[in-house]
Amino acid sequence: MKRSAPYVFLTPAIVLFTLFLAVPIGYTVYLAMLRSKVSGLGLGKGSRREVFVGFDNFAAALSDAELWNGWLRVLGYGALVLVVMLGLALLFALLLDSARVRLARFSRIAIFLPYAVPGVAATLLWGFLYLPSLSPIREILDVDFLGATTVTYSMANVAVWGGVGFNMLVLYTTLRAIPRDLYEAARLDGASEFQIAIRVKIPILVPAIILTTVFSIIATIQVFTEPTTLRPLTNTISSTWSPLMKVYRDAFVTGDLYSAAATSIVIAAISLVLSFGFLRVVRNRAFGEG
Amino acid sequence: MRANRLGAALAVALTATLASCGSGEPAQSTEAAQSPTAAAQGPVKLVYWTWAPNMDKIVDVWNKAHPDIQVTVSKQAGGDDAAAKYLTASKAGNPPDLVQAEYQHLPSFIAADAVADLKAETAAVKGEFSEGLWNLVTLGTEGVYGIPQDSGPMMLFYRQDLFDKYGIAVPKTWQEYADAARTVRKKDPKAYLGTFSSKDPGAFTGLAQQAGAQWWSISGESWKVNIADEPTKKVADYWDGLVKEGAIDDMPFFTPEWNKALNDGKLLSWPSAVWAPGVLSTNAPKAKGKWAIAPLPQWNAGESFSGFWGGSSVAVSAKTPNKAAAAQFATWLNTDPAALELLVKEAAIYPASTKAQSALGEAPEYFSNQPDFWQQAATVSAGARGFTFGPNVGVTYNSFKDAFDKALQSKSPFSAAIQTMQDATVADMRKSGFQIAS
Repeated sequence: MKRSAPYVFLTPAIVLFTLFLAVPIGYTVYLAMLRSKVSGLGLGKGSRREVFVGFDNFAAALSDAELWNGWLRVLGYGALVLVVMLGLALLFALLLDSARVRLARFSRIAIFLPYAVPGVAATLLWGFLYLPSLSPIREILDVDFLGATTVTYSMANVAVWGGVGFNMLVLYTTLRAIPRDLYEAARLDGASEFQIAIRVKIPILVPAIILTTVFSIIATIQVFTEPTTLRPLTNTISSTWSPLMKVYRDAFVTGDLYSAAATSIVIAAISLVLSFGFLRVVRNRAFGEG
Repeated sequence: MRANRLGAALAVALTATLASCGSGEPAQSTEAAQSPTAAAQGPVKLVYWTWAPNMDKIVDVWNKAHPDIQVTVSKQAGGDDAAAKYLTASKAGNPPDLVQAEYQHLPSFIAADAVADLKAETAAVKGEFSEGLWNLVTLGTEGVYGIPQDSGPMMLFYRQDLFDKYGIAVPKTWQEYADAARTVRKKDPKAYLGTFSSKDPGAFTGLAQQAGAQWWSISGESWKVNIADEPTKKVADYWDGLVKEGAIDDMPFFTPEWNKALNDGKLLSWPSAVWAPGVLSTNAPKAKGKWAIAPLPQWNAGESFSGFWGGSSVAVSAKTPNKAAAAQFATWLNTDPAALELLVKEAAIYPASTKAQSALGEAPEYFSNQPDFWQQAATVSAGARGFTFGPNVGVTYNSFKDAFDKALQSKSPFSAAIQTMQDATVADMRKSGFQIAS
């Protein structure tokens, strides 16, 4: 009885994992190896069947120039979002943590609040602000927010607006956990607030910064809501703007579930490589391992 | 930055699923109630996917009169997404019994073996529809895959008051339309006669049909794809010229900005279909009574051609266990005089049934200034020419959006976009194994 106890405790996790992770992934891999074949006109009963094509769909996904263009676009967008969002989050966290700030509680909530707005709603809201004839901003600034070169920045803006608060909170919470006597010691040594921030706080924050970066990398690779919601408003976002949008298009617009399955596996693999690759590079700093 | 929240949502969903599994009682979902086993005991229960407004009111009338066949309306968002959703549901094995199928999507439904052949059930009502519309549900084959519900012949909707103000005559040819577009720009630099939408392949398809395009056709056992044909190129080049010259705007239809322009009188015309009054009354309430209708401008003076934008049929799922009952309801909905009257009044559609078309009297409320609205529509409808749609319209339409977006952005020629559509469509059909005649 005692021996079986750990297995009993593990069962729910194993069942959940199998049902909702292993089986769907297995099915996706299976789907990715099929293709639909029709004969002749392809009309009427029995004219369409599924055939096994092995790794053909993967080969097609890997050699699809449009998918790699999508990765390039997401890379540019991601670099922008990561730097600006995490930079702002760090700045706000440090400001809120400094002894002299007023209205800290209000500012904290105000910065965090956008995170509570669902992505689609946030994008629509910003979309209205970007549209020339509806936007109060456009009356002051004569910029085409949805132009071919500007649309990436406009999308990044939505993501930054929504994400700063969450990341700030993670960093801020870590800051609050630092024993205050560290600062006192620094002050006794003659360090200014700025020096304390750079020399004491940021080094202690590094693991938290790495954590938020990994989260943000994963979220950026999966960017879908912003471009999909803005797409009907402008002609500068294609149906394959980001890799995930291409999966959606293949599966639900052009009805090719098999290619979509293959592409989504490729995306998952690249996400794994990128996020684990990043963790590997910064492992020493993050976990203090050799 | 939503990944973490998604995780939380998934966790909640998992817990909910587990909770319902563990309770030991079957969930009383609507799907469960509509399973074939349930149907065997009581009245036949049918689910009908549609996006036509107020369809539930019309179905209520049927349900009261037919206690043995009860229909439930499941309201859908219209458009290409609705078609994709139906195909996915059908592939997953749980499609609705009946579905509103736009004519251009019906071939993909047939190719996916998702709709039933209603030849036997519809033999009696074939004569109620014009040959052109009937062809759209048969694709010229022996089978009948839907019952026509409404059609969307295209007309020109224009701002009568502003045309008068700027001294513009209603354009009879596309040449005159182009001249009118230039005049508008001169009279009011903030206004446009119209806009070319890269988001609405349906509108472009209608204009190509008017010019005489035949994008798909069946010859023997193979498909012919001819999207980059001469009429289509003519239409593309025409709009290309107007957009690049700045005579026509390029903002997409159905955006908040477009609505505002319609409402404010910054857009003076819209080549649209007979269902446009519904759109205008919602999106441009301020301009009520100021819009008028005319036939589409023609390519050659004296002609009277039009094309179709939209229009749909009611199809029965190939997987339904209650095909006969579903066919009976679909037939009633689209041929019974009482049902047709409701369709016109409640759902504001232009009925496919020939008899119902000629019985239309009072103009839509938004067009109370145009008492002959339906007579004009009937004339236009008589000159409208459609074509057979192919089995992968989803690919073609998506390619239209991407290629024309790109053409507008990079100022490349529209005719190249047409060629992209042709190539994408043929490549997709080849990949699936369709027989294609070159």
